[in-house]
Amino acid sequence: MDKKVDYSEYAVVMKGITKRFPGVLANDRVDLFVKKGEIHAIVGENGAGKTTLMNQLYGLIKPDDGKIYINGVETQINNPNDAISSKIGMVHQHFMLVDRLSVVENIVLGQEPVRGPFFALNRARKEIKDLSKKFGLIVDPDSIIEDMPVGMQQRVEIIKVLYRGAEILVLDEPTAVLTPQETNELFEVLKSLKFQGKTIIFITHKLNEVMAITESVTVMRLGRVTGVVKTSQTSPKELANMMVGREVLLTVEKNSAHPGDEILQVKDLVVKENRGIEAVRGLSLNVRSGEIVGIAGVAGNGQTELTEAITGLRKVESGKIIFKDQDITGFSPKKRREMGMGHIPEDRLKHGLIKTLPIYYNFILGEHDDPKFSDGIFLKIEDIKKFSETLVKRFDVRPPNIDLLGMNLSGGNQQKVIVAREIAFDPIFMVVSQPTRGLDVGAIEFIHKTLISMRDKGIGILLISMELEEIFSLSDRILTIYEGQIMGEVTPENTTTEAVGLMMAGHRLEDIHQEV
Amino acid sequence: MKDWKKYVLNEKVIISLLSVLISLAVAAVVMLIIGKNPLVAYAALFYGAFGTKEAIIDNLMKTSPLILTGLAVGFGFRAGLFNIGANGQVIIGALLAAYVGTMVASYPFYLSIPLVMVAGMVGGALWAAIAGWLKAYRGAHEVITTIMLNYVATFIANYVVNGPFQAPGGVPKSPAIAYSAQFPNIMSVGATSLSTIIFVSLAAIVVIYVIIQKTTIGYEVKAVGFNPYAAEYGGISIGKNVVLAMAISGALAGLAGTTQVVGVYGRYFGALGGSMGFDGITIALIGQNDPIGIGLAAFLISSIRTGSNQMQIAGVPKDMVTIIQGIIIFLVATNRIIKTLRVRKRKEVAEV
Amino acid sequence: MNEWIQAIFNVFTNPTFYKSTLTQSTPLILAALGGVFSETTGVTNIALEGIMLMGAFGGVMGSYFTGNPWYGLLLGTFFGVGMAALHAWASIKYGADQIISGTALILLAQGITGFALVELFGQPGSTDLVRSIPLVDLGSFKQVPFVGDIFGNLSPFVYIAFASVAFGWILIYKTKLGLRMRSVGNNPESADTLGVNVYNVRYFGVIMSGFFAALGGAYLSIGELGQFTTNMTNGRGFIALAAMIIGNWNPVGAMSASLLFGGATAFNNQLQSQSVLNLSTNTQYIFGMIPYIITLIVVGGLIGKSRAPSADGVPYIKE
Repeated sequence: MDKKVDYSEYAVVMKGITKRFPGVLANDRVDLFVKKGEIHAIVGENGAGKTTLMNQLYGLIKPDDGKIYINGVETQINNPNDAISSKIGMVHQHFMLVDRLSVVENIVLGQEPVRGPFFALNRARKEIKDLSKKFGLIVDPDSIIEDMPVGMQQRVEIIKVLYRGAEILVLDEPTAVLTPQETNELFEVLKSLKFQGKTIIFITHKLNEVMAITESVTVMRLGRVTGVVKTSQTSPKELANMMVGREVLLTVEKNSAHPGDEILQVKDLVVKENRGIEAVRGLSLNVRSGEIVGIAGVAGNGQTELTEAITGLRKVESGKIIFKDQDITGFSPKKRREMGMGHIPEDRLKHGLIKTLPIYYNFILGEHDDPKFSDGIFLKIEDIKKFSETLVKRFDVRPPNIDLLGMNLSGGNQQKVIVAREIAFDPIFMVVSQPTRGLDVGAIEFIHKTLISMRDKGIGILLISMELEEIFSLSDRILTIYEGQIMGEVTPENTTTEAVGLMMAGHRLEDIHQEV
Repeated sequence: MKDWKKYVLNEKVIISLLSVLISLAVAAVVMLIIGKNPLVAYAALFYGAFGTKEAIIDNLMKTSPLILTGLAVGFGFRAGLFNIGANGQVIIGALLAAYVGTMVASYPFYLSIPLVMVAGMVGGALWAAIAGWLKAYRGAHEVITTIMLNYVATFIANYVVNGPFQAPGGVPKSPAIAYSAQFPNIMSVGATSLSTIIFVSLAAIVVIYVIIQKTTIGYEVKAVGFNPYAAEYGGISIGKNVVLAMAISGALAGLAGTTQVVGVYGRYFGALGGSMGFDGITIALIGQNDPIGIGLAAFLISSIRTGSNQMQIAGVPKDMVTIIQGIIIFLVATNRIIKTLRVRKRKEVAEV
Repeated sequence: MNEWIQAIFNVFTNPTFYKSTLTQSTPLILAALGGVFSETTGVTNIALEGIMLMGAFGGVMGSYFTGNPWYGLLLGTFFGVGMAALHAWASIKYGADQIISGTALILLAQGITGFALVELFGQPGSTDLVRSIPLVDLGSFKQVPFVGDIFGNLSPFVYIAFASVAFGWILIYKTKLGLRMRSVGNNPESADTLGVNVYNVRYFGVIMSGFFAALGGAYLSIGELGQFTTNMTNGRGFIALAAMIIGNWNPVGAMSASLLFGGATAFNNQLQSQSVLNLSTNTQYIFGMIPYIITLIVVGGLIGKSRAPSADGVPYIKE
């Protein structure tokens, strides 16, 4: 029997939490102590177990072992309703909103105010307006979620949590979809919440944010807690060390670029997204061989539509795309590939791999009718397998078994397969979207090194990423996109993250006073 | 096919076998409820399917078109398409084959037979391609469109056979096709004959197997079926492959109808299609979309149907067979998902 | 040409056309409403055809054994709900492919009804005649010209159908349960995180779809005819699905689309009986195709404008 311990000064104590999934120990005897009224960060790489831990706090999954204490009292949290009764609220990384419904409908779902058999929205609307004012989160109760920008959707998520009287707020990677300015606004909201006595737990992998706003940090790695420190007594370098277990290079070593001729020109491009609204609005850019052009921007500003237009997956309303001095605006994706355009898609499982087919099939996707692999009707299976074995060795894909299905590989190895495939067909230009999303540090280093070596071989790369650090460390030139237009072009040497952040939020380069 | 032992004992085969066994057990319980002895009924079924030479021939003759419709639906499944329209494609294919069959009287058999076969396949292919096109370029769900096309095909057939394409005598059937277009029989026992069309079905199994496993078309169709987004990113045209897959599927169904015309009846008449289209779904599911599995499943269903007459004599109505079929599909649908969930968590070597 | 114009005019000025529209649409309205219930919560239910058949058979069976058609109605809906429950069990609990499960159930319904038909009534094809649900006689209202001919003597099913649509619309858009249904059909994970029981809401949706579809099927047999014949639904379950799609998954929209289809069939039938046109019996086949071709065109042409609930057909699997 444990001797009686007093946890009453802590809002949340999770003691000895263990959670197993088939094949992986997600949480291994994890202890978490969060004082009342503090802002506490949980940091770790992808796959460290942070989200799993918080999902147990919120009752979405049940721990195999361990106990949870809320405000000093041992509590069973078997489902989200229990968590909500314990005044815990969670804002997930991927918003849990119902897109087709309105703000007020989303907020009251599960706790609908009723009048007889019907529901009474007016009461709810009033409560939402009050909460909005109190915490500085302005929203229109009747707008439909799918029509709202992401930053505002997040506000809805937070109000949703406050509407249920949450005293303990858990935020999972909240800044992944925000500009630096919106992040600052969020931090102001969090400070205001803390001031009103709320406790905040903040999951992130962005160390500068940890330093900016939190009071203490729990570091996790591979399911275990590797360190608990006070923010004031640590540094990003130390935190990174605890996250990864070794010295980590936070930037990539590279030589300067030697760009050649222009291989891609985009002129006044206008592209519509699925619902008919213009996503790319008169955009122009160019990429030369042997350089990496990075496009910085918050998700949802037209990057997806831009890459789809360049690779041929989406129709262009007006404007031109010129590749190798030819107007390819109407060309099929297949033709563009044949001309030497490669693509690493942003969603590797959805767009890059066929996870239910073996790896050797995936290695030739896009090249399957090339004479190397097919004689027109029949596939040359032996040749395909030999080719795959070569690539697996060259790119160190693990496990090195080409008969495994795509879905049996880890994220990093899946990405390696895609990168290997694209490089192997000798492109002169690549569109690379979010190449390191969800990957661990080792895989990220590998991908970055590969991209640099591609550039040094003379390949022109258009890099789209939401991670500003990645853009800064890889790009030779940085363009910032906002609402389908380029706000300005800079180089990593002559700009700052603040300046780029301002452009990401809609300010044009000319209007910003830059500090070099 | 080297490690056939692994092939036979794998998860998918077990699911299918189990589904069939459970279904037979459930049917046995139903029989007990209505006061019949299931053992007697199943014995009758067995006898009816295998007991006499006539029975075996009848069985094989029923298997032949089922193999083709099973392949048709199975190929569609591979491309991620649910072709419930095999019935209609059988009808249109058979009609066209019968029509061409009446026109080739003056041609030698090595011309007339291919002409008639091609006509039947083209008919089925075009009919299915309509649904394929509607899906690829209009987003219309193929379940509804193919079912609607089934009804339209039936009406067309009824109209045609009661009017412009009617044999003399006022009976709703088409005129007989030319002798040169008919398939010879291998042997005859009493009133039943084993036609050479059985070889067409067997050949089809091999051809489809090769297409799926060893050709670029098979590669593209599979890619589109498993992950259309990734296929598109790889430059594969989704629209083209959807229409093509439906066309191939329809061609197989049309071929099923054609073989009935050239090998069994020598003409088209109303009940020619029967339920072979819908049966194709059962067969594709039991056979897990695998050409060889489909062949076996077709034989199973055909045996059950052939034996059902005898079973009816033993007191159990023929509709029991439809019930058995329904239960099998239901179990396969539910089981596959459970097993897939379990299997996905373990590492699995390729099953293409 | 003139005879055609005359014939069409005759059809539209005859109250029988309008009454026939109502009676032809009623089973569609009910079945389509059933489809709406199920798909709003995110479960595709193409087994409507099979459920209608079971409802039709149950209706006759109950009426036959008890002599009271209302017990028949009860039995019919019981069968329908039972079949829907099977679909719900397979799709919701086991995440089975909903199209395959639906197809299996249609087969089962055809098999079971055919089988039971022989077992209970001794011969295949059709049952004996049984008592059907009495019509609502509006007394002297029948004397009112035109309108009285249409509404004077309708089956209660017609009233039930329209009342059900109103019920469905209010439930889905104006109540707490309806909000949960809509959220579960679009973003089940989000609803789950707020403590909504996704499984239960989906079960409700599917069971209700079984109830309404069975009602629609029962109308076919004990609504006016008083008999069950093999496969008497004849594709109506699928037309109801098309009506649901055209109606944009909205109860009122589905009703309007069902009226459209019912009207097309009624128009067909009335047109053919016009002696002004000298039609051979063979043309019935040409005319018979029309509703199906309309469905084809509509499903093929309008699909861009209607949007299914986002999670429709996707099983929700809790980790």
